[in-house]
Amino acid sequence: MTIPPSIPANNTLPDRWRASVAVHLTNIVMTDNEEIQGWLEINLDARLHFAQRLLLLTDQRLLSFSDSPSESCEYRYRAGLRIRRRDHGGVGRIELFDGVVRQACWFYTLAHDAQATRFVKQFEQQLAGFLSGIAVPRSAPECCPDCLTPYPDDSRECAYCNATLNAPPSSWTLFRLWRFAKPYQWQLLAGFLLMLGSTAATLVPPYLTIPLMDKVLIPYQNGVPIDFGLVAWLLTGLLGSALLAWGLGWAKTYILALVSERIGADLRTLTYQHLLNLSLEYFGGKRTGDLMSRIGSESDRICVFLSLHLLDFATDVLMILMTAAILFSINPWLALATLLPLPFIAWMIHNVRDRLRTGFEKIDRVWSEVSNVLADTIPGIRVVKAFAQEGREAERFYTANQHNLQVNDRINKIWSLFSPSVSLLTEIGLLVVWAFGIWLVSHDQITVGVLLAFLAYISRFYARLDSMSRIVSVTQKSAAAAKRIFDILDHVSSVPEPANPVHLYKVNGGIEIRDAGFRYGNRAVIKGLNLCIAPGEMIGLVGHSGSGKSTLVNLMCRFYDVSEGTISLDGVNIRALPIAEYRRNIGLVLQEPFLFFGSIAENIAYGKPAATRAEIVAAARAAFAHEFILRLPHGYDSLVGERGQGLSGGERQRISIARALLIDPRILILDEATASVDTETEKEIQKALDNLVQGRTTIAIAHRLSTLHKANRLVVMDKGEIVEIGNHDDLMEKQGAYYRLYQAQARNVDTDLNDAAINIPLNSKVTT
Amino acid sequence: MNNFSLIRNTGGQLVYLSSTGDTHNGIVPVRAFPISAPDQGISLTDSDGHEVIWINNLADLPEAARALILEELANREFTPKINRIHHVSSYATPSTWQVATDRGDTELLLPGEDHIRRLSHTALLITDAHGVSFLLPDIEALDGHSRKMLDRFL
Repeated sequence: MTIPPSIPANNTLPDRWRASVAVHLTNIVMTDNEEIQGWLEINLDARLHFAQRLLLLTDQRLLSFSDSPSESCEYRYRAGLRIRRRDHGGVGRIELFDGVVRQACWFYTLAHDAQATRFVKQFEQQLAGFLSGIAVPRSAPECCPDCLTPYPDDSRECAYCNATLNAPPSSWTLFRLWRFAKPYQWQLLAGFLLMLGSTAATLVPPYLTIPLMDKVLIPYQNGVPIDFGLVAWLLTGLLGSALLAWGLGWAKTYILALVSERIGADLRTLTYQHLLNLSLEYFGGKRTGDLMSRIGSESDRICVFLSLHLLDFATDVLMILMTAAILFSINPWLALATLLPLPFIAWMIHNVRDRLRTGFEKIDRVWSEVSNVLADTIPGIRVVKAFAQEGREAERFYTANQHNLQVNDRINKIWSLFSPSVSLLTEIGLLVVWAFGIWLVSHDQITVGVLLAFLAYISRFYARLDSMSRIVSVTQKSAAAAKRIFDILDHVSSVPEPANPVHLYKVNGGIEIRDAGFRYGNRAVIKGLNLCIAPGEMIGLVGHSGSGKSTLVNLMCRFYDVSEGTISLDGVNIRALPIAEYRRNIGLVLQEPFLFFGSIAENIAYGKPAATRAEIVAAARAAFAHEFILRLPHGYDSLVGERGQGLSGGERQRISIARALLIDPRILILDEATASVDTETEKEIQKALDNLVQGRTTIAIAHRLSTLHKANRLVVMDKGEIVEIGNHDDLMEKQGAYYRLYQAQARNVDTDLNDAAINIPLNSKVTT
Repeated sequence: MNNFSLIRNTGGQLVYLSSTGDTHNGIVPVRAFPISAPDQGISLTDSDGHEVIWINNLADLPEAARALILEELANREFTPKINRIHHVSSYATPSTWQVATDRGDTELLLPGEDHIRRLSHTALLITDAHGVSFLLPDIEALDGHSRKMLDRFL
């Protein structure tokens, strides 16, 4: 009876459940060979409160456990049992049905979703095995030990854990800049040695005041004539040390400034390169203003910190150490009195440091808030003006600015108190030295010269402390800046490059999508989608907006990665192909053609910068763009701005078609390529597109069904699923979803022209 | 709205009987303004997401129907309210927070500061890495300890 069921090694139960499972299993009759087949830990109870629950799967039943034994229950396998998993708003639920009656419902947050999906599969296998009497073969795919998700085909790293368990960066962010400093280590070493030398040179003059005072001036006051030979020597020493300090200081500052400028430049370039490789998902969640300020001004802030503040600080520390050594060698007691205030100042600096750092981080965030308002408003200025909302936008900027002011005010309160306090301590420190020094002189412990040397040293010394206190704020500022830059650098692209890339030498263009699922935030956008596209076939994607057409296309371009299932090109998972190599096979024509600043020729050759002029002209001809380009005053060399000022929507679209044609892609994606132009222009573009489509695998999204007449098959999508596939005639005969869409459009055909005019978004298409 | 007819079937689904006699299975109530006006503007949609009926105000409904809708909404809406922040793993994101909510203690993984959305001057909506939204209704009602930690992220 109660043989403890054997637990497969890779299915180790969490410790906290072992006891209650064991207790429960001894209370119920268990057949000899019943075995635990799987389990799922969930974290919500029936009222959606956080509580731990365990679902356990054996080959005969499903058991649920909670902390109180009375709530445990079991469901024996029988015909008609059905399990279903769905999710909404971040909560997943698993429902168990017997026929149409719901037996139970369990909830979990989506953190457990991967395991839950797996559990549901296991349940279905076990149930089927139980009903058919054929034991489920123990297939043991290699699983991640943490979350039991099977490893993806191409790597041993768990995609699920990697995506979520990214550890926070350490607080010693600035030290991570060493990575950028390493290539310049020899220059840095040279700079450091120069710094050592120049600092030592600046410490010579006060030392020379001792003999100047004790051997020349005081004896003179006591009636001894001045030894001009000695004076000449001492003055030469003063001049020499000053010249040496000047020369060494110049070389040091020059070398280190050079290096730090290079480090800053490297940092900026690398951050931008990394940023460009991040997935669209990242860009979707960030605001342009924020990213721009991170790469621009914050890398500059780090650079200034390295070349100016850190350099000064290092010099200061060296000077303090050297001064302290000299002072102790002259007179330890006076040195002790001199250095007494140092711990107080250090304590004060430390105390204020924390408040200042949080404050400066806050200022940074508020600052990007201010620039975000600008970045939001200026590109949308047409909308702002059209709706006469200038006042409100000004108000929004004012509010952000006020917030900025408030935060600054708060930190300035602490900051302004800081410097005067350091000065006060300096004065008190000098007072201590005077008092103690006079007492020592009166007891003949030291000479007047020594006291004067001490005062000369200490006034430099405290002057440095004062400037050192400034390092607190700049260090924190640049640490905050560094953190924000490393935030970008540490962000792992959610579309990773494959570890063992596969190279396709000849691409045919056959695409297969299997069980693809995609989730945007907590919303499932694509669900269990299967589609096979033959090489050279043209597919028309049809459906209401929001049905997942564009998402599907984004998945095919690998702008995002599928959360479940696979997409393969010629039988190879696209995740195994190097990203750039894969995308080179894709030509994309978007609804909103984006032209970069530059000539038309450069814009056409964007995907293939080495293209010859003949190739560019050929592509333009095929795209029916050649003639209108020739009509422009500078032909192919005419400049176009970021939104293509001076060109009409249709003209810009044809340039972007020429751009796609030039790279001669095997796969062509047309995302509403003709949606935002009038019918007449559409016809011209359609001719251009027909040229483009020839012999390529084409996926076309179109709002106007009439533009898809050339498609081999039409795929009708609804709510992230394919509802119908077939050609126009078949689908019309079926009288299903496509039929309804078509009818709806046919009814609106009269108003179509007006629609097209309204469809043009106000904030783009500046066709002046 | 007194002849409003809404029942729950054995499959756990809501069924709406319209005044014209149609039955709609698998009714899903959706709040139109879940944050700004949770009790106003509730739409009952069918399983395809098409609106079946619009309810201006929950208070207009008969008691039984209102209870059913509220029950279903409670099952669908999951926005724990944060009462206290026990601990945060770091002030740099991603950061794991141990929090006390009205639905018990839990932890959340904050992927970035931009996952904290300001709803009003005092209310915040925090979306964790798994898409669960946590509401922080009033910053000023938090204790000092929690506020100090939260402040580092704002």
